[in-house]
Amino acid sequence: MCATCGCSGDTILEPHEHDHEHQHEHGHVHGHSRHSQTRTVTLEQAVLARNDALAEGNRKWLAERSILAVNLMSSPGAGKTTLLERTIRELGSELRVSVVEGDQETVLDADRIRATGAPAIQINTGSGCHLDAKMLFSGLQTLDPPEGSVVLIENVGNLVCPALFDLGEQSRVVITSVTEGAEKPRKYPQMFRAADLVLLNKVDLLPYVKFDIEDFLDGARRANPDVEVLQLSATTGEGVADWYGWLRARLP
Amino acid sequence: MHNRGGVHLHEMAITQSVVQAVCDRMGDAQIRRVCLEIGTLSGVVADSVRFCFDLITEGTTLEGASLEIVQPAGRACCRDCGAEFVLNDLLVLCECGSANRELLAGEELKIREVEVMA
Repeated sequence: MCATCGCSGDTILEPHEHDHEHQHEHGHVHGHSRHSQTRTVTLEQAVLARNDALAEGNRKWLAERSILAVNLMSSPGAGKTTLLERTIRELGSELRVSVVEGDQETVLDADRIRATGAPAIQINTGSGCHLDAKMLFSGLQTLDPPEGSVVLIENVGNLVCPALFDLGEQSRVVITSVTEGAEKPRKYPQMFRAADLVLLNKVDLLPYVKFDIEDFLDGARRANPDVEVLQLSATTGEGVADWYGWLRARLP
Repeated sequence: MHNRGGVHLHEMAITQSVVQAVCDRMGDAQIRRVCLEIGTLSGVVADSVRFCFDLITEGTTLEGASLEIVQPAGRACCRDCGAEFVLNDLLVLCECGSANRELLAGEELKIREVEVMA
């Protein structure tokens, strides 16, 4: 018998809970050592099949209600929330906008959005670094956006993980800012590849920072030859009309 | 986004998805080996998945299973000149200088097969 957990080391075992520190090096390999009769089962299944199926469900739910959902992704501090605030203030009379906020902690961003008068819900992912389709589903149920409206989804600030997880959104927008440096598309090509639109924010700061726009555009096109890039400043309003035009063009 | 051990958190979520998908498909069967396909352009670091695997499979039917990861190389077809070429990252251009290419392989993220107790 195993002195650590009491299981008998040379017999076939049911999976059991281990509630102690368990080094599988105490004299015998237990549980699985005698099995030689195995068979191989071909699965050929997408790792994220479950998420993808839930995302398809969200997409259908949104389409049935003619709701446009846009997934906004960026690193922390690129200006997502500031852009949302301005967008809601300036388009609020024309479009019904509601917001799903994803952050690891706090309700600060949802509070900022609610201050504009738009409905918002906050999803805290805890240690999770991205929103997934299940989280968006529960967010949509709570938010209950009206037919024909726009749902802007502010993903967790992170240029790595959100690229992998389909939420069921219609479009994906990556926001990056001139203060982050022009090399972002080269450092995070998967994220730029996943984008339908790239917004280059804080262009009002271009005179004060070293940022090579041509190099940035070259990196973005290498990662995603089909990507559209718009330059704007969510703070001054420069260039935001093009973003509004892009959004209007996607309304169902 | 790193946690301790330098593991990307999305590899944690990816590994959890692997375990969940295998349990969904295979029920109570004891799994001895899992073979994954993780393309070199997928954005998922195979070593990080290996690092997470033992931790996440503990207490499941996958506990103690070996993990095999096949990493298909990136391949693309140029939309301008038609050439097919290998790319080690998403920034590589076609020899003709075009960035206008369609990825043919390298973004795989799937469970190829499992070996179970007969």
